[in-house]
Amino acid sequence: MKARSKRLMLVGGGVALLVAAVALVLSAFQQNLVFFHTPSEVAEGKAPTGKTFRVGGMVEEGSIRREADGLTVSFAITDTARVIPVSYRGTLPDLFKEGKGAVVQGKLEADGTFRATEVLAKHDENYMPPEAAHAVEQAAKAAETVSQ
Amino acid sequence: MIPELGHFALVLALVLALVQAIVPMIGASRNRLALMAVGRPAAQGQFFFILFSYACLTWAFIQSDFSVQLAAANSHSATPLMYKITGVWGNHEGSLLLWAMSLSLWTVAVTVFSRNLPDAFVARVLGVLGWVSTGFLSFLLVTSNPFERLLPAVPDGRDLNPLLQDPGMIIHPPLLYMGYVGFSVAFAFAIAALLSGRLDAAWARWSRPWTTVAWVFLTAGIAIGSGWAYYELGWGGWWFWDPVENASFMPWLLGTALMHSLAVTEKRGAFRSWTVLLAISAFSLSLLGTFIVRSGVITSVHAFATDPKRGLFILALLVIVIGVSLLLYAWRAPKLGGGGSFSLVSRETSLLGNNVLLSVASASVLLGTMYPLFLDALGMGKISVGPPYFESVFIPLMTPVVVLMMFGPFLRWKDDDLAKAVRKVAPAFVASVLIGLGTAYAVDHVSWRTVLGLSLAAWVVLASILLLVGRITERAGAAMGARLRSITAAWWGMWLAHLGVGVFIIGVTLVGSLEAHVDVKMQNGQHAELAGYTFTFRGVRDADGPNYDAARATIDVTRGERAIATLTPEKRLYLAQGMPMTEASIDIGPFRDVYVSLGEQIEDGSWIVSIYYKPFISWIWLGCIMMGLGGVFAAADRRYRRLAAREATVAANQRVA
Repeated sequence: MKARSKRLMLVGGGVALLVAAVALVLSAFQQNLVFFHTPSEVAEGKAPTGKTFRVGGMVEEGSIRREADGLTVSFAITDTARVIPVSYRGTLPDLFKEGKGAVVQGKLEADGTFRATEVLAKHDENYMPPEAAHAVEQAAKAAETVSQ
Repeated sequence: MIPELGHFALVLALVLALVQAIVPMIGASRNRLALMAVGRPAAQGQFFFILFSYACLTWAFIQSDFSVQLAAANSHSATPLMYKITGVWGNHEGSLLLWAMSLSLWTVAVTVFSRNLPDAFVARVLGVLGWVSTGFLSFLLVTSNPFERLLPAVPDGRDLNPLLQDPGMIIHPPLLYMGYVGFSVAFAFAIAALLSGRLDAAWARWSRPWTTVAWVFLTAGIAIGSGWAYYELGWGGWWFWDPVENASFMPWLLGTALMHSLAVTEKRGAFRSWTVLLAISAFSLSLLGTFIVRSGVITSVHAFATDPKRGLFILALLVIVIGVSLLLYAWRAPKLGGGGSFSLVSRETSLLGNNVLLSVASASVLLGTMYPLFLDALGMGKISVGPPYFESVFIPLMTPVVVLMMFGPFLRWKDDDLAKAVRKVAPAFVASVLIGLGTAYAVDHVSWRTVLGLSLAAWVVLASILLLVGRITERAGAAMGARLRSITAAWWGMWLAHLGVGVFIIGVTLVGSLEAHVDVKMQNGQHAELAGYTFTFRGVRDADGPNYDAARATIDVTRGERAIATLTPEKRLYLAQGMPMTEASIDIGPFRDVYVSLGEQIEDGSWIVSIYYKPFISWIWLGCIMMGLGGVFAAADRRYRRLAAREATVAANQRVA
């Protein structure tokens, strides 16, 4: 084999490998994006049913309730405008509290309850999950627009 | 007074960094030995001042001097001494100072271990490191002064984040930073080589031990961080694809590629431009990693808004480093010339293949980490990219890497016969697939992931054995001892690190397929069952610490009639911040961990308890230790010292002549 055609094969092989790898990465990326919705968006039906997404906001005061098994917890997430009921089975993070920010990931059920598979709270006392802060901000903005 | 001294020492360090950045560079370009000689003392002096400054800051923490803002925000008079000391780097400013200190330490190491390198080359390397240090020290002084006063002083501090009050905190950040920053040496070598136009096998040989040692530190740092997350976060995961973890994993992937590419450049003179590009990219990713973790971009994109100066400084520094090095690269790389030629079937090709795959893997992590941040910064919506993405990308990308990793060493440099090489390993390959299938059936978990993982692990182990046997029987006739002695430390390093990958894969695969978890509500005397173990709840009592209150549960673990362990998970409440913490309790074993963490107490007085069964999880860290040790062997190879000594003699003779 000539040196030139050899190099051509090497480069061609390399490019083919690269293209295949990039295609793989991009398709995986497309399939696994998790979108974020505010409680208002969910309440207005803008969130998809049957697909995993995240909701963030404050845990509504007085909303945490444990089922008889002690493990299933239900609570509500609010952006101060709308409220979304959430149910979750498992241990809650240490910093999960009423009146504090939290983000839940999971799917929306047909009855409007959000079935969470993951509950994220903050890592220290001052830190508010950015998604939760964002949701409350959006709701406040929306309220301003309405009152004007 | 002491904090001001520390601040002043930092300013002096910056002045020395500037001297180190400018004077030796001028010396190198004008060929003036006196100017080049300034580099070493400037670097050493700089280290002295940074160390002094660091000691001053530590003093403020130990003395609980809460007129220093940083100490007030991250320490407390009741914090144990150990965490007062480590609390220094548990925050933005202090950790940047630690960064600058590790950079300075690496630079001093270069001044000490470079006696045998040409003066002009060392001068340029020190010059580049001086510029990096200048950037960091000015970033510290302009935007993140760790000695900021808080007047009037507060009576007591806010304490260190309880998550960080853990032995892991003592070693994890320094090791990780030594790794991150270590790539700056490989980067400086690459830039110096571009500047001088000398980019040959000798250059690669000089760079190799530095790169390998940095990689060892990074490997150890990541592994310890992962272990720390495993027992500290209280839910048994060992890797979360969290942006902070990814920030350290990206330079690791590229650093791995760089080590192997340097090997080719040293042995065969090939891949020169590619090696330089990798050295630049690995360091750029280290910088990017440090910054996305440390600038607060990750916890909240709005950190840019709260202190725009910091964010802008960071961006400017990144753009300068990446921009200048890439410009230099574009200008100089075409003149470097190609290396030795090689055929399609050769060790070079297999290493190139893995290099490309590792780079793509690194790019995919970059995409998954940065894309959500960009989107958010541009106000185009919020998304998150979780473990499913990374897993679905990594398994297909790493499978060929592992196959090639064990096939490459069977190929000769330059040219080989594919059919012959394949014949050598084909039985091992077929056996691996059968072992993978068989083991998956044996553990009763036949999924494609389990079969793939176990087959790959078997392939690594079998090919390692073949490789060792081949190496020993290579020299027929010689005595066994002589044959073993003829194997270099570098070869053992390669062999052990690759075998470590196999051990790591066994851990990842088995814990992924066979782990079990249950959350239960427990009261005094109640039992729970998991994976053949019985857990008996023996009540909860108080176990208060110096700066926290705690409830400690006692849980007996038995298997049949046999007592296995008594576990004592805790729920703590750190008083200064009123922050609750879960302290898991683990019975560690060679083939499985039993892991228990305490949830909350509910109305009827019973507790929620999370119980995990984690088969083979220790193998993950065992594999990392083997990789790290392999790196240590490779860097300690006698060859580097012998060749260095020979070069020194040549250089000395030239000087005399």
